[in-house]
Amino acid sequence: MLESTGVPTVEDLKARMPSKERLARGPVAMIECFQRIPCDPCYHSCKRGAISKLIDINDIPQVDYEKCNGCGLCISNCPGLAIFVLDQNYDEKYGLIKMPYELLPRPEIGEEVVALNREGQEVCKGKVVEVRDGKIQDKTAIIGVAVPKKFLMEVRNIKVGRSK
Amino acid sequence: MRLEKHPILEFKRGKKVTFTFNGQEVEGYEGETIAAALHAAGIRKLSESQKLHRPRGLFCAIGNCSSCLMKVDGIPNVKICITKVREGMRVEEQKGKGDLSENY
Amino acid sequence: MKTTEILVIGGGPAGLSAAISAGSRGAKVILLERDDFLGGQLIKQTHRFFGSKREHAGTRGFKIAEDLKDRIKKLHNVEVMVSARALGFYEDGVVTVLKDEKMHKIKAEKVIVATGAHEKFLPFINNDLPGIYGAGAVQTLMNVYGIVPAQRILMVGAGNIGLIVSYQLMQAGVEVAAIIEAAPRIGGYLVHASKVRRMGVPILTRHTIKAAYGTNRVEKAVICQLDDKWQHIPGTEQELEVDTICLAVGLSPLTEILWQAECEMIFVPELGGHVPLRDENLETSVPGIYVAGDCAGVEEATAAMLEGELAGLSAAYSLGYGEADFKERREQIVTNLQNLRSGPVGDKIRAGLAKVRRGA
Repeated sequence: MLESTGVPTVEDLKARMPSKERLARGPVAMIECFQRIPCDPCYHSCKRGAISKLIDINDIPQVDYEKCNGCGLCISNCPGLAIFVLDQNYDEKYGLIKMPYELLPRPEIGEEVVALNREGQEVCKGKVVEVRDGKIQDKTAIIGVAVPKKFLMEVRNIKVGRSK
Repeated sequence: MRLEKHPILEFKRGKKVTFTFNGQEVEGYEGETIAAALHAAGIRKLSESQKLHRPRGLFCAIGNCSSCLMKVDGIPNVKICITKVREGMRVEEQKGKGDLSENY
Repeated sequence: MKTTEILVIGGGPAGLSAAISAGSRGAKVILLERDDFLGGQLIKQTHRFFGSKREHAGTRGFKIAEDLKDRIKKLHNVEVMVSARALGFYEDGVVTVLKDEKMHKIKAEKVIVATGAHEKFLPFINNDLPGIYGAGAVQTLMNVYGIVPAQRILMVGAGNIGLIVSYQLMQAGVEVAAIIEAAPRIGGYLVHASKVRRMGVPILTRHTIKAAYGTNRVEKAVICQLDDKWQHIPGTEQELEVDTICLAVGLSPLTEILWQAECEMIFVPELGGHVPLRDENLETSVPGIYVAGDCAGVEEATAAMLEGELAGLSAAYSLGYGEADFKERREQIVTNLQNLRSGPVGDKIRAGLAKVRRGA
């Protein structure tokens, strides 16, 4: 399926998802990388050693969810823009998704945006609560969007209403 | 249309120049190709094919394919995708193989 | 006539790497580039590169080009000639070059050919209408000159180039109506596919373009589904209102110079067309002529840079330069190339390369 549509299936995702228990403990990275390709910047970007060393550069990176604290440094370093940080405990009702964003206009903190799923379809409204867009991100900004908890595993993109 | 803002790139444009396309004034910037300036002005049709007079435009934009041959300052068969714009340049649609009548 | 120890033809990723590699080991090098800037297709790449962190992975393509240009500037024994087009290779080893509307002659002891590739075309009705562009043209307009190449575009081909350029188009504010792919599977990296999918762009595999329509420019495209035998399925036609059609259907090696030099050539579909036979040091069947990058077989830019380095290293070594670390560095490059090509996405390249080894 993924190979013909570009959209991962539930099974694909299960294999890459942190456990329920781990998600319940707060911010953690989810690497949506499903294919053996020659690539290793994520491993080099993690200061905590939470991303497995790739013996073969084609290996799919594995996250040690106990070592990962969801800092998000890896997000801007992934050439495939495939890494997200999920925080189920953002507040009572909302979870937080941190995602890479390389479009204009950049959303602003407090702004309401349309939250999209992996097929680009509208899921719900989201609120931008974090924008990291400095030298380290090097134009791959990290946008933190709060969405209702039940959409934490669904939302993977945003649409900013304003025009350029 | 030109991009003013881009999420990754910054565009440094040269001095503004004016040239003509089929006698009509077109603006471009020093350092850019004729193809780029024409495209920015919305001009897609560059020439007409020899036998069937079909419209032709750009294809490769790096000097490989010869799809963009035009008459420039009277000289036919100029690859405008790798020729830079100059102030006062005369660019014309080319019909077929073009001719050298102006020069000879 | 100019003379030099090593002549590198092509200032893209492979040629730059070759010139840096040979030049930094002390060889006297001339680098020819037909355009008026160095970097080749790298300068249009706004995405971060894959591959190993050691070999620029994570860095955007145009930044890699800047880095290579900086390195070459520091090498005083490397002469860079831009706007210099290699025209011919003659029996006595002389290469003719057109620069500033004048013909120049260069004779080198070793020649490294790194001329790159050109884009393939596709047969369909009205495929000569203005507004049907190769992916490289779209990138040139958009990322070099900052010109919006389209309002609404159809992308033909879901290999890495089709997927990456679609994403870049959206970064420039262009609407991508669809990405169609004749094969049953997406050819490019799936992370690139997922990236454009979550921006709402459909990827239609087993689809092809049947026709373009418009007066003086594209106004409409007709696409249709393909069956298992790659034939159009009647009744599956769909009309898309687009003003531009982008073809990303593959590249072919640019090998004219190699043919003129009478290098032994072989047709290898996996590598994009005719390519030269070569040995493990990238030397062709004509002694002293080396190849690197897409003209030796179409691959990714990272492989081109490694091949360029290997060709530069080998050519310099054959002239007595860089003996100290030749073996060690050669091993490293060969290993890195092997790693890069070892996964499932390298299947095609490996199959192609198995056919081009000289003396094997």
